Amino acid sequence: MNEKPEKLIDKKGLRLDGRKADELRPVKIEVGILPNADGSAYIEHGKNKILAAAFGPREMHPKHLSRPDRMVLRCRYHMAPFSVGERKSPAPSRREIELSKVIRESLEPAVFVEYYPRTGVDVFIEVLQADGGTRCASITAASLALADAGIPMRDIVVACAAGKVEDKVVLDLFDTEDKVGSADVPVAFMPNLNAVTLLQMDGILTPDEFEKAVSMAIDGCKKIYELQKEALKTKYMLLEAEEEVEE
Amino acid sequence: MSSLVTRVKLKQIEQLIEKGKRLDGRGLTDYREIKIEQGVIEKAEGSARVLMGKTEVLVGVKIETGTPFPDTPDDGVMTVNAELVPLASPDFEPGPPDENSIELARIVDRGIRESHAIDTAKLCITSGKKVFVVFVDVYVLNHDGNLIDASALAAVAALMNTKMPNYEVKDDEVIIKQGYTPLPMTSHPITVTLGKINDKLIVDPWLEEEQVIDARLTMAFNDDGNICAIQKGCAGYFTQQQILEGMKLAKEKATELRKKLKW
Repeated sequence: MNEKPEKLIDKKGLRLDGRKADELRPVKIEVGILPNADGSAYIEHGKNKILAAAFGPREMHPKHLSRPDRMVLRCRYHMAPFSVGERKSPAPSRREIELSKVIRESLEPAVFVEYYPRTGVDVFIEVLQADGGTRCASITAASLALADAGIPMRDIVVACAAGKVEDKVVLDLFDTEDKVGSADVPVAFMPNLNAVTLLQMDGILTPDEFEKAVSMAIDGCKKIYELQKEALKTKYMLLEAEEEVEE
Repeated sequence: MSSLVTRVKLKQIEQLIEKGKRLDGRGLTDYREIKIEQGVIEKAEGSARVLMGKTEVLVGVKIETGTPFPDTPDDGVMTVNAELVPLASPDFEPGPPDENSIELARIVDRGIRESHAIDTAKLCITSGKKVFVVFVDVYVLNHDGNLIDASALAAVAALMNTKMPNYEVKDDEVIIKQGYTPLPMTSHPITVTLGKINDKLIVDPWLEEEQVIDARLTMAFNDDGNICAIQKGCAGYFTQQQILEGMKLAKEKATELRKKLKW
């Protein structure tokens, strides 16, 4: 279980999985894959496999939590018991409760909550397989699920992490780099508004390294943003094609 | 918060901040008055009470023996728990920890853990079998905003005040002996929280400001002035520029706050 690799970056500057310092893992996104949800998305970010669904705007339950002037956004981040090396208890851990909170706070700045008073929108995120950077991939998928549900938004939220591995700032850490590396900085971003909606860090970074990590993560976000838009368009192009066939 | 009262207050707070002032008379980058008192609970191995304005936090440290985690057989264990005690605010309710208290505990935990504040290798009794477990319990006694900084400061002050029992190992049994040694520490993380109102950054938001801020940014710094933990909070955002500006401000404030901890 606990085999620590000798070197995380080889002489050529390549990482354990063959990536360059500023290279993303392969990302695959699909929108609208859950028939019962109002909006949904599936993301494969490296070996991360994550489903996100949005329900609403709908009546709040319990009712007393509804707000007279706005919609309430709720969010649950949850990991499947089989998603990690050692089985994870399905009961929500303290980590999952914290992540649910920060993910909600990363999505909320994008949503026009004032458009649907007294209602609620629920976002459910299920991590089917985890390989480092699940909160970021979850945000990327969850904001697409919200968009797919037709909820008015200022921008799509996209997220990506940067970190430090063997004294080098690198983009998009996978599990081993996250565990053995010396810092991890997840960032969520709205490219149209130049707005960082999630920022966390653990590990140790000098102020200069931190500055570099943030701008590297934002560059990564911008690349994934293009894939998000592509995925949204693909769904609606397919819908159009189907309609034409029916006619 | 969207009650009429807070909306009126928001206007007032915004207007003041435009002039570089705050409701309680502070400048934008001033902390409230801070008082630290160590060793207030005799039965705890370590303790500290921090007053940050009217915000009051008590931290108690208990040390017990336990088993190490399988992936770190030679390291002691540290856990942080936070209780938002119902007597501290009309908004706190009894019951299992909610997301706010879990987030608070995890931010305090992250600062201490990532800066390697406790020298956990020195808490190992027998490798893989027995280690000391350090329980850090954050008790919020009065909520007047910025619980994060008050709790983090109290936690570090309590750890600095913590005494480890002397012991010897005989036939795989741990025998606690007379006397104590101080808890081995390698760093003293300092946590600084900023709020954003109207694109202006303020230090140490108190309760009334907390209810109207767009976003919150918490940063912890170790003894070398490097960053060891960050958490953004609330449903607003920061621009990249504001983050870097915030980092510089927080670093300055951390240096200032550090002087209050004597070691």
